[in-house]
Amino acid sequence: MTSAALRSRAWKLLEMVTTPLLPSDYLDLVSPLRAGADLRGRIEAVHPETGDAATVVIRPGRAWRGHTAGQYVRVGVDVDGVRLWRAYSITSPTHRQDGRITITVKAIPDGKVSNHLVRRAKPGTLVQLDHPAGDFVLPRDKPAKVLYLTAGSGITPVMGMLRDIEFDDVVMVHSAPRPQDVIFRDELHDLVADEKMRLTEVHTDTDGMLDIARLDELVPDWAERETWACGPAGLLDAAEGHWTGHAIRERLHTERFRPGIVVAGDGGEVTFSATGKTVDANGATPLLDIGEEAGVLMPSGCRMGICFGCVTPLKAGAVRDLRTGEITEAEPGVLIQTCVSAAAGPCDIER
Amino acid sequence: MTAIDPTAHLTSEQIEELGRELDAIRDEVIADRGEKDAAYIRRVVSAQRRLELVSRGVLLFSMFPPAWLLGTAGLSVAKIMDNMEIGHNVLHGQWDWMRDPKIHSTTWEWDHVSPSEQWKHSHNELHHTYTNVIGKDNDLGYGIMRVDEDQKWHPFHLGQPLWNLINACFFEYGIAAYDLELGKNLHKRRRRTPEFRARARAVGRKIRKQVLKDYVIHPLLSGPSFLPTLAATFTANLVRNIWSHSVIMCGHFPEGVQVFERRSINGETRGQWYLRQMMGSANISGSRAMHFMTGNLSHQIEHHLFPDLPSNRYAEVAVKVRALFEKYELEYVTGPLPTQVFSAWRKVVRLSLPNKKPRVETPGGQQELVAL
Ligand code: FES
Repeated sequence: MTSAALRSRAWKLLEMVTTPLLPSDYLDLVSPLRAGADLRGRIEAVHPETGDAATVVIRPGRAWRGHTAGQYVRVGVDVDGVRLWRAYSITSPTHRQDGRITITVKAIPDGKVSNHLVRRAKPGTLVQLDHPAGDFVLPRDKPAKVLYLTAGSGITPVMGMLRDIEFDDVVMVHSAPRPQDVIFRDELHDLVADEKMRLTEVHTDTDGMLDIARLDELVPDWAERETWACGPAGLLDAAEGHWTGHAIRERLHTERFRPGIVVAGDGGEVTFSATGKTVDANGATPLLDIGEEAGVLMPSGCRMGICFGCVTPLKAGAVRDLRTGEITEAEPGVLIQTCVSAAAGPCDIER
Repeated sequence: MTAIDPTAHLTSEQIEELGRELDAIRDEVIADRGEKDAAYIRRVVSAQRRLELVSRGVLLFSMFPPAWLLGTAGLSVAKIMDNMEIGHNVLHGQWDWMRDPKIHSTTWEWDHVSPSEQWKHSHNELHHTYTNVIGKDNDLGYGIMRVDEDQKWHPFHLGQPLWNLINACFFEYGIAAYDLELGKNLHKRRRRTPEFRARARAVGRKIRKQVLKDYVIHPLLSGPSFLPTLAATFTANLVRNIWSHSVIMCGHFPEGVQVFERRSINGETRGQWYLRQMMGSANISGSRAMHFMTGNLSHQIEHHLFPDLPSNRYAEVAVKVRALFEKYELEYVTGPLPTQVFSAWRKVVRLSLPNKKPRVETPGGQQELVAL
């Protein structure tokens, strides 16, 4: 018997010992970061960067496969007891000796996860991780000239790149409201002092928003540069227009922050994606009724919110709890009780 | 169906007002639910796992009597924790709000021969929706007992104290059979439906795994302690079964708890539903340890009003709920465990015999008395 087969036999036997739980349920008690465990990480330190941004040092579990500079990782954090998932760019270089990774988080107003990580997260806390993803990365072959165009926390993936690979000719244009809001400012200025980079800071509180037309003046040879841009949608839209206008769109790589914020309204178009039906729903009728009327096979039980027999994944959009008025937004893994939830805008129910 | 309707003094406006006050209690807990509650359930889950691990470890040496005693006691408590404070409550969705797939009603499996999925259907959907409605809530007597004077007596009922005792000892199997609706499905034709057969197979699989673990694998691991370990796991299962049976009997059987007639729930309002839960459940008073070991089902009344609130909050909710009982002049049935168990058993025995006095038909239709 091969050793793999032997191991799976042994594992089966162990499962018989621990049923109805799994052996991993017990192993997680002592070693949550071991090889073979679900991918998690442990927060080891939180370093403030600016007034509202901090770098979180995470020791990933053994299952971590490493990342490519510029990629992001989805992190599942328990905030007030509720597990919420957000994506953050990895700001540490890929060759960090101690195997730790860092994410740098800017607290956004009303941002549950970002405020928690910046202000409340404690070393020792476990977080859930996904494998790193994203194609906002550097190419295999080194470009001769590079431009990084960033704004606000758009600097985070680029910082991961800057720390990872040195290029011969790098220019960065970065905008932030005020000098003290520039994340990694000291490190950036060190790079400038060491002549590893040229930097233009735009302070929008005094200079106004960066007008993409000013690029000619700030970086005269911008069109010759391979460019990575990350920041708010306005900046990226302008950049894409500008590069396209000069017919060099392929030299621009962009990464967008969270696409569209969900606006919770009253009712909306409901898609039952497993069945492929779409119907209009008002904001007062339970989705269970909406689905049944549309001929979708909906699981149900008490129809009054107590049995949890109707829970169904919410894939997109938002719903309102008819009892409390609470809004639930779609996120991977979010389940809703269809008998007491109504559409709060367009949504996608996996039935 | 009881001689005197204890809610007769309430107007329908009052009942709706009562419903609103209960909703407010629920909203308050939900608004305040958070990190501390999550930490609580995680702590309980991890304590249960550690206790089970250590107890089973000790049982490896159960040929030594002190080890046997210690291991058996530990395993009994671990099994009770698994079924009561954790399993029952997780499967109610009480912790779904945490969005932790590891502590979630859709993924949880418990140390019990009834698979979670089936139990959730018969318990969460049927029992909790139709609490104490004769003919709809089969938890009333688990389909084998007479639980109310108005039910027709049959010589079969003479044996019900014995059935109840046997059911207590093998409670988990009773529940599995009950979840399968075995009684109803014993006719050949029904037994052949693919749906029933799939469910029966699921129960069979679960029983096989549970039995294999408790009565074969762990005793084998104990080597020379094979027989003592076998006896220990059997004892732990017995203790767990009798304990949960007792707790559950106390929830709906003691004297003073109302049962309802089928027609009485037609067009029931939210307030009326709440009132039925209040009159159909009974509590157990006692220490914090007692509440913990019953999975907070000692707060059965609060649990029936708010089955999806985290169990660790029932104690504080109970204070407010009890004040509402007083305000609306309703009887809050509660008492220490021995009293409640005795009361429930006395009822089982009493109803095993035909009614002493013939039923008095009150004018106006007794059947409608609890049609709120
Ligand atoms: S059908 Fe029971 S909770 Fe939705």
